[in-house]
Formats: sequence, structure tokens, C-alpha cells
Amino acid sequence: MKFFVLAYKNLKRRKSRSFLTIGGVAVAVAVLVCLLGFNAGYQEALTSDVDKMGYQVLVTAKGCPYEAATRVLKGEAGLKFIDEDIYKQIISDPDIDKITPLLVQLVYDPEKSDGKGGFDSYSGIERSYMELKPNVKLKSGEWFSSDDADEVILGYDKAESIQKKLQKTVGDKISIPGEDTNLVIVGIFEKTASLEDGDFFLPLKTAQRIFEIEGKLTSIGIKLKQIDRLQAFEERLYPIASIQVISMSQVKGTILNLVNSAKILIMSVAFIAIFVAIIGVINTILMSVFERTQEIGIMKAIGASKLDIFKLIWIETLIICTLGGIFGSIIAIFGGNFTELLVRKVMPYAPGGRLLLITPELLLFSFFGVIIIGIISGLYPAFRAASMRPIEVIRSGE
Amino acid sequence: MQDKIVLEAANLKKYYHRGSEIVKALDGVELKIKESEIVSIIGPSGSGKTTLMNLIGCLDKASAGSLKIGDTEVASLEENDLIKIRRENIGFVFQRFYLIPTLTVRENIELPLIFAKKSINEKKLLVLLEEVGLKGKERIQVKYLSGGDKQRTGIARALVNDPKILITDEPTGKLETEVKGQILELFKSLSEKGLSICIATHDLELAQATQRIIHLQDGKIVPREKSDLYY
Ligand SMILES: Nc1ncnc2c1ncn2[C@@H]1O[C@H](COP(=O)(O)OP(=O)(O)O)[C@@H](O)[C@H]1O
Ligand SMILES: [Mg+2]
Repeated sequence: MKFFVLAYKNLKRRKSRSFLTIGGVAVAVAVLVCLLGFNAGYQEALTSDVDKMGYQVLVTAKGCPYEAATRVLKGEAGLKFIDEDIYKQIISDPDIDKITPLLVQLVYDPEKSDGKGGFDSYSGIERSYMELKPNVKLKSGEWFSSDDADEVILGYDKAESIQKKLQKTVGDKISIPGEDTNLVIVGIFEKTASLEDGDFFLPLKTAQRIFEIEGKLTSIGIKLKQIDRLQAFEERLYPIASIQVISMSQVKGTILNLVNSAKILIMSVAFIAIFVAIIGVINTILMSVFERTQEIGIMKAIGASKLDIFKLIWIETLIICTLGGIFGSIIAIFGGNFTELLVRKVMPYAPGGRLLLITPELLLFSFFGVIIIGIISGLYPAFRAASMRPIEVIRSGE
Repeated sequence: MQDKIVLEAANLKKYYHRGSEIVKALDGVELKIKESEIVSIIGPSGSGKTTLMNLIGCLDKASAGSLKIGDTEVASLEENDLIKIRRENIGFVFQRFYLIPTLTVRENIELPLIFAKKSINEKKLLVLLEEVGLKGKERIQVKYLSGGDKQRTGIARALVNDPKILITDEPTGKLETEVKGQILELFKSLSEKGLSICIATHDLELAQATQRIIHLQDGKIVPREKSDLYY
């Protein structure tokens, strides 16, 4: 039997209390891991979402920048319209490498989400859309047969759900809720792991006709020849009063700003959880030290040195923190999915990829963090125990 | 070498402060304990027996006087040095056993070895268990033991470090008469193997069974006639 066993047996004696303390540490670790993991994950998912958009600049109707930023990423691209003329006007700008017009329309489908109802996004696009988005490729079928054909290409996820629900695929006809026109499915896009996987794509002219908004666009996606020409380009568009130019790096920055301000709040919660856990650990160990006053005296009487007692109490603290760290990591790994769901509900914009990035490094960091906390919080109780004098303790028992 | 002195106290004093009053718990005690000897210290409650046991057991420090364990003067030593002396020379047996209830008999006995950083000698441990009469009970948690077996465990724990002196404070105070006799027999056989034993007690019967009786009265050693415990 070694010190470790002795310490372990001491903890086992007060099962429920030890268990609760370990639970407190575990929760603190789980919260910390999830928050840090969310931070890293969100940033990465957002960056990949923005990169996948393909365009660096989006021209939309004027509006609130925050609203515009989240809308752009949600694929709604502003429900205000701009004139197609503006597109024709800027297409010849010398700094533009690639340009594509977009018309995004949201249509309410009462049958969506098993009858709960919800919006579907219909995007009117031209062939230049494919050139701008390098990772958008046809998985099956082909491009629209003409500029204003009654045809539709489905995003990857949308195609799957239609296949499941309606048993329809390339060659079949589908209808738009609330509209008369039937559309033939001509193609399916490959998975892009972005929100557009859930969209319908129509030829731009068809979309304008069906939704009765001829000559209008919701946005224009642009890739510049050189990104450092952005400012000059923006300045040239400045005289057109009805539009605003949003660069994707700006969008990213705006959303990260929002997330960062939430982060400070979230971090304070994490630190409170850790603080409470430390107090819990110190309290538990200190209580067990005081309860065991006599026992500690006996151990000293039969040959334990100050250092021995210090070690014993300290190891107890470390066991609590280590177990808390292990359980906390497990909770974080398995509870992460739940947190992700929760986060998706409350965030203004949740990117398509995984939001929670729990890496081995992060787990290791939190785990060792908690051990260090354990080492520190064990100091005081261990010191108190070590400085007890055996004789008084033994007297008090008589 | 029969008369080798293992412990020698001279003019040993221990004063306690109780408010403004000074309690002279020990007031100049002279005591010599020889190798292989059983000495009993007898005196009424409050006469200073426990105080004396704690001092010669190196659990507490004297206010004045000298104390030699073997050839070492310990009165002036600090706690850390006292621990070493204690680990090597002294086994302590308490009236209330002071075992760790959730550990087994064996674990309790091994505890001093852990603290002394000594490895466990299986054979020796078995011999010890046999000697104190605990053979076959080593895996029982001590809280389930009878008083007698608890004290046997306490004695085995005191002996595991091969001490030269066994110091016991009212070792049979909590035990029934029958068990008392058995413990006394155990002490006798231990002393025959060279161990010195010092028993503090107010039990005349127990004291009379030992080789030498020292009477303690108000912190001083007195002749038998002056003792309150006349017989
Ligand atoms: N820590 C202490 N503080 C004050 N007085 C004490 C303390 N310990 C013992 N005493 C006093 O010292 C005297 C001797 O006590 P003790 O050694 O316990 O005697 P015994 O063991 O013979 O009953 C008693 O008067 C007791 O009240
Ligand atoms: Mg006493």
C-alpha cells in the first residue's frame, strides 16, 4: 500500500461528497473545453464558409451592415432588389475578374420540416455562377437547356430530401409552393458543405419570370483580379446611391465581432465555473482534513512527517482534480453535440461546418489546466493538515 | 549487557499554561528504563502519566530537563529529527487504540513502514501477526474487530518498525479482564526477546504484574508509601 492508495481510500470513505466535488470539477472542465472548442470551431467554420462563397465582393441594395452580413451568409443576399442595369453598368469595370448576377427568393413551404413549415431558398443564377464558385460542380445531370427554361438544379442536401420525400430525381418534375409553374429537375450539385446545399437553383430569367420581378437582382457576386484593388473599385461604385459593396473579409469581420463580444461573456461564465470548482475542492479537502484531525495526529504519532501528511492531502486533491478532468473531457466530447445544437439556435449566424472543434490539444490543455488548479487548491488544506500537532490531537480524543 | 539503559530522563519538566495559572504536569522526573525490562508507571488520574508517556515517546517536547533515547539527547531536537528517533526507537500503544477504521488490520500495521519509507518484509509481517495473535485476521477492516483485537493491531503497528522501547498509555483501560491478561502475557513474551516496555496505568493489578512499579503523584515520582494508591 502506498500513499496513493491511502489517499484514494480516504476519498472513498466520503463517497457522495468526493463524487459531488469531482462532478463540480468535471462540469468546469467540460464548460471550458466546449467554450474554447466552440471558439476555434466557429472561426474555422466561418472562414471556410466565406472562402467557399467564391466571390470576394458582393454588391447588394443598401441596408444595415450587420443584417446584410448575416443575410449574405445565410444565402438570402438581401431581400431588397437592385436594378439589373447596375449589373450591366459595372460588368466592364477593369478590375473585375469574374462577375455573376444573383436573384435569391425565399418561398414559404407549409410542408417543410414534417409539416411544421419553413422557408426554402430559390436562387436565380447564370452560368458565370459556376466559374465564380470553384467547388460547385454538377454531380449528375447537366446545366439548364436554355436561359429561361422551366428547369431546376438541386443542392446536394435538397436533392436527397426530395428523393426521400417525393422519390423524385433528375428528369422528374417538381412544383414551387404557391406558384403554377412546374420545374424539371435537370441536375444535382455536389456537396459543398455550405448552406447552399439546401437550395434550389433556377436560370436567372426563369426566376425573374416566376417571382414576377423582371429586371431585378438581389446581389452581384464579384471576384477581383487583385484583391488589393478593392478600395479603388469600391470608390468607383460609390456614386451609385442605391447599392452597397460588401467585401467578404468585411462580412467575416462583422460576424466575428459579434461572436467576440459574446465570447467575453461566455468566458466569464467559464471562469466562474472554474472558480466555483476550486472553492468546492478546497472546501471538500479542508472539511475532510478537519474531520480527520485525530487521524492525522495518529499518523504523525506513528511516524508520519509533516511532508508525509502534506503529500497525502495533496494527492487527495490531485485525485479529485484528475478524475474531474477525465470526466469533464468525456462530458465535453459527448456533450459537445448537444452544445452545438444549442449554439446553432442562439447564434445570429451558424456556419455550415462543425462549430465545436474539440482537439486533443484542447483536451490536453484543459486537463493540465485542471491539474495545475488542483495543485494550487490543494496547497492550503495540505498545509493546514501538515501543521497539526499530534499531541493536541491525541489529547482531544481522551 | 543485561543492564543496558535504553531510556534515561533527568529532571524532566512539563508545564502547561491554563489562563494565568501554570500547571506543573511533570515537575522533575527521573526515570531509567533498561533493556528487556517492563516498568509500570502508576498514579491517579491527573498525576501526569500521559504527559510523561508523550514526552518519553517523543510526541511532545519537555519544558525543561534532559531525555536520552539510547545515546541521543532528544530534549532539544526539532520535530523532523524527533520523527526519525521515534521511527527507529519507539513504538506507541494508545488506550483508545487510534487505528484508522477503514483500513484493514494489515494496512494499519503497515502504515508506519510507509511513513518510514521501508519496504514490507512479508515473512516478518507474518511472524508479527502470529506473535500478537492476529493470524488470519489481517484482511478484516479494523472497525469490525473486538476491543482486544484492536489493541493487538495497535501493538503490532507499534512493533512493526522494530522499536527498542514500547510505550503504552493505559493499554488495557478499554479492555475486559480476560483480554487484559492476554495482553500482559504478550508484553512479557515481547520483553523476553529484548524489548523494553513502559506501561502507564492506574490499574494496580496490571502494575503489580510488572517487574518494577514507579509511583507518580502530582507530576513527581514518590515512594510507594506516599502514593494515594496504597495497597
Ligand atoms: N494540554 C494541556 N493543557 C493544560 N493542562 C494540561 C494539558 N494536558 C494535561 N494537562 C494537565 O496536566 C496534568 C497531568 O495530566 P495527564 O498527564 O493527562 O495525567 P494522567 O494521564 O495521569 O491522568 C493534569 O492536571 C492535566 O489537567
Ligand atoms: Mg492519562
